[in-house]
Amino acid sequence: MDEILEVLEKDARISPQELARLLRRQPEQVKKAVKGFEKQGIIVGYKTIINRELLQDNNNFVSALIEVRVTPQKDVGFDKIAERIYSFPEVKSCYLLSGTYDLLILIEGRSIHTVSDFVAEKLASLEHVRRTTTHFLLKRYKEDGVILKRKRENKRIAISY
Amino acid sequence: MKKSLSKTVQELQPSGIREFFDLVLGMKDVISLGVGEPDFTTPWVIREAGIYALEQGFTSYTSNKGLYKLRLGISRYLNSRFNLKYNPEEEILITTGVSEAMDLALRAVVNPGDEVIIPLPCYVAYGPLTILAGGLPRYIKTQLRQGFKLKPEDLERAITKRTKAVILNYPGNPTGVSYTNKELADFKRIILKHKILCITDEIYGDLSYDFAHIPFASLSGAGQFSLYLNGFSKAYAMTGWRIGYACGCKDVISAMTKIHQYTMLCAPIMSQLAAYEALVSGKKAMDEMKREYQRRREYVYEELKRIGFEMVKPQGAFYFFISTKNTGLAGLNFARKLLKEQNVAVVPGDAFGSDYKDFVRLSYCADLDKLKEAIARIEKFLRRKQ
Repeated sequence: MDEILEVLEKDARISPQELARLLRRQPEQVKKAVKGFEKQGIIVGYKTIINRELLQDNNNFVSALIEVRVTPQKDVGFDKIAERIYSFPEVKSCYLLSGTYDLLILIEGRSIHTVSDFVAEKLASLEHVRRTTTHFLLKRYKEDGVILKRKRENKRIAISY
Repeated sequence: MKKSLSKTVQELQPSGIREFFDLVLGMKDVISLGVGEPDFTTPWVIREAGIYALEQGFTSYTSNKGLYKLRLGISRYLNSRFNLKYNPEEEILITTGVSEAMDLALRAVVNPGDEVIIPLPCYVAYGPLTILAGGLPRYIKTQLRQGFKLKPEDLERAITKRTKAVILNYPGNPTGVSYTNKELADFKRIILKHKILCITDEIYGDLSYDFAHIPFASLSGAGQFSLYLNGFSKAYAMTGWRIGYACGCKDVISAMTKIHQYTMLCAPIMSQLAAYEALVSGKKAMDEMKREYQRRREYVYEELKRIGFEMVKPQGAFYFFISTKNTGLAGLNFARKLLKEQNVAVVPGDAFGSDYKDFVRLSYCADLDKLKEAIARIEKFLRRKQ
């Protein structure tokens, strides 16, 4: 993996100038490389990781992981039905898995009802969906590699040889 | 009370900057570029092994030399990485950090009045440890304009009939300067000619950025004149675990073990088990940290250059040793004022040799956001001063 990606994956806010300095490359070169990654779809977006547990209005927010068993279709396998499912804006993530079920999707909604309505009305009623199992998410510990518990202050002594 | 203290201890140079250290420790919200240890916490795989060791009840002594499996692991690692061959039975000793290893080494080889050559600027402990072992430190100054590198002719000139050993620390604290194969070969020629021991502190060896690190002991023919010291503290961010090791000829290692068994007995067993895990599965985390240091080095170097500091671009470790001459302030004053006015801590150069009053050591063991803020504050400090 290019070191540009290693740095950006940790901190997307870093400017091309700073990135160039860190990696001892030219800013133009770095900009070009980043553009290239974006074009190829290797970099698909830049976003902020929010710890929703600390938000005041967190009461209006629930997530659920849903296991979905589907019937694969001729020629297109799972892709077509996956596309129909992940196109719903409520679906935040969608993966095809090996094992006892096929698709794992992450749903976000304002309440248990919105999520269960979505499952009952939109998801389970889809033609090739055979079965769904919904797991409501109780607590997030780590998100995209970031531990959500606030770090304790560094206890290192401030000066040493 | 003073009468009851040993003369040797009384005569040890008190650290002139102790007072400055106390000042730093008494302040809050300091951005510290004054630390000599990684800002990273020990990688989880290693910590987990330490916890598991405690859970399993590993709370006893180990053999004086250290756990055999750790010695074997070190022997294999050195063989595969540097083609260095040490028998884990009698040529490797596990110590509580390289600090202890250095102390043992000097006490094992120095007779009263023997000289030990120490290039400056250097880590604070070498001189005092030499004196405590009954030896006389023979310092060689190196200059900024020569890249803080020891010149072979200066080494040869410093050797007398009483010279027992030379201490080489590369990549070095406080300069980050390291030596290439060719430079080491020049030292080897002199060391072999005069038959003195070369004690190398290679604790920063894994943190070499510009060229491959080469242990002095791996040069052909250097084996019996070398004592290789290394440990886990810096590269694996394991300073608090206190695990180092010494590798060398059977005679020296066995002499060191004799002292070690009476003074330290053994290194903590849970730390030894964690260190073993570092060898087995810590490489990925270590490489990641190394790349991070390397990026910070590039960043800080360009910034310090832009501000107008004179320095050598370090080839390893995580320090810059920068001249404060252009600021019109001596190092200690620079450090004191920077701390008071901008809450940024650096270490005055005097700590690493009395001739380095116009320097400060700045370590980049802080994340990039902190480094940026610290550099902005240093700039502000210099602008206000004008």
